Amino acid sequence: MSSLSFNLQEMMTIAASRMLAADDVCFVGIGLPSAAANLARLSHAENIKLIYESGTLDTKPKTLPLSIGDGELSDTALSVVSVPEMFRYWLQGGKIRTGFLGAAQIDRFANINTTVIGPYEAPKVRLPGAGGAPLIASHCQRVLITLRHSKRAFVERLNFITSVGFYEGGNSREELGLSGQGPVMVITDLGILEPDPISRELVLTHLHPGVSVEQVITATGWPLKVDADLRTTPAPTTEELHLLRELNARTQEAYAPDGLST
Amino acid sequence: MTTITTLKEAIALHVKPGMTVALEGFTHLIPNAAGLEIIRQGIKNLTLIRMTPDLVYDQMVGMGCADRMIFSWGGNPGVGSLHRFRDAYENANPHMLAIEEHDHAAMANAYAAGAAGLPFAVFDGYKGTSYANHNANIRSITCPFTGKELTAIPALRPDVGIIHAQRADHDGNVWLDGICGVQKETVLASTHTIVTVEEMVDHVSESQGGCVIPNWVIDAVCKTPYGAFPSYASGYYERNNSFYLQWDEVSRDYDRFLDWMQTFVLETQDFSEYLKKLREAKYV
Repeated sequence: MSSLSFNLQEMMTIAASRMLAADDVCFVGIGLPSAAANLARLSHAENIKLIYESGTLDTKPKTLPLSIGDGELSDTALSVVSVPEMFRYWLQGGKIRTGFLGAAQIDRFANINTTVIGPYEAPKVRLPGAGGAPLIASHCQRVLITLRHSKRAFVERLNFITSVGFYEGGNSREELGLSGQGPVMVITDLGILEPDPISRELVLTHLHPGVSVEQVITATGWPLKVDADLRTTPAPTTEELHLLRELNARTQEAYAPDGLST
Repeated sequence: MTTITTLKEAIALHVKPGMTVALEGFTHLIPNAAGLEIIRQGIKNLTLIRMTPDLVYDQMVGMGCADRMIFSWGGNPGVGSLHRFRDAYENANPHMLAIEEHDHAAMANAYAAGAAGLPFAVFDGYKGTSYANHNANIRSITCPFTGKELTAIPALRPDVGIIHAQRADHDGNVWLDGICGVQKETVLASTHTIVTVEEMVDHVSESQGGCVIPNWVIDAVCKTPYGAFPSYASGYYERNNSFYLQWDEVSRDYDRFLDWMQTFVLETQDFSEYLKKLREAKYV
């Protein structure tokens, strides 16, 4: 057990970071995935290769980037390739093991919407759109997704499928001809969901410490299935918390009010 | 033949109302100065192309320069929404903005196809997504060798491609380093090209690292120091993160936005005067 108290945001990032293998090759989305992937690199996965869609291969940022193409990413990269090379050779060419995505909305088959809330032509909220996510979701060998758990995010029906998870469930993803195996895990601030091996519907498999099943069900917009063998996520270790807090503190400090350096 | 000229002259010569214009830069080296000069010259009815439209397209859309935008991610990186873009798309303010939406893979492939002189790009994307329901330019094509279903989209071929780079030499060869995004493809896909640079040097070469774009595919080179501000130019200056945050405030309200653009863009002669005025007003 941890000797330090922690919040669920920290638990989410730490739980997500643990899902990356020590030798992973990970295509990293900005925001929550970036925090988790860098924590993994600083903790158990020293040799992980982190890749951002701006073209940076095997990058080791000291602070979390604010944008997908910060100078910190290119300055610390093994190689910087063009964006067409990144998408054509590295991603479409199947050279990436794990895609790590955030999302605005997700459905029970782990399809993602980052495009629009409401009708496309008359949106309630126009979101930024896809970026690189659709090809990350289709072509990485496996996909991890992390987002905060709420009824607004975990919805019965998406207005727009930006990136495909298990499409309509069952074998429908394979029938589309997508090369990667799809989302293997959705890590939230309340717990962890994994696809059922047959129906491919997301099932709650882990609760974070102190969270109840009812809390997760209430925060999910469809009747959530709960695994018979529901487990509790191991609490953050003291080391994990220290590393995450140091990373966040370094990032805060780096982005303190700046000016045009002349 | 490359002309070494001012940004004002290059924009006036090459960018005309109704044209399709791409100002590219992937977080790094964003040609902000060029976008503001298009606004200053009041050039309208443009189709704007960019993978990652951010502040400068928000400004151009808000000032009514664009009728249409082709893009794959439109936001204020690390901050949130583009308020002027959303207002144009959601409320037709200041007028209707048509959009053609893609993902990055599609845009990158479409630029590469344009650069390669092909009429369309083919890639293995979009399957199972909603894109094709809203974009008639996304079609399916069968591989003649394997029978595999693939996706086809038209090549991107801007009338004018505009990028920012670190250096050019006096012959107009351009050198850029760091994240180079889709800029080389943009230059090679475009009918005419304008490049703003941080500085002019005697000689550029790839032995200095980076990427050189030779002068015979570039129409105009314009020395424009800090021309990527508030984005960054690796080796010259860093991203001004606080300006991105301030833009969120400035752009929220249409009238405040118009006042701001009037004061800082329309009432300044060029980018250096714009920066001076921003410093005086403590924006930077």
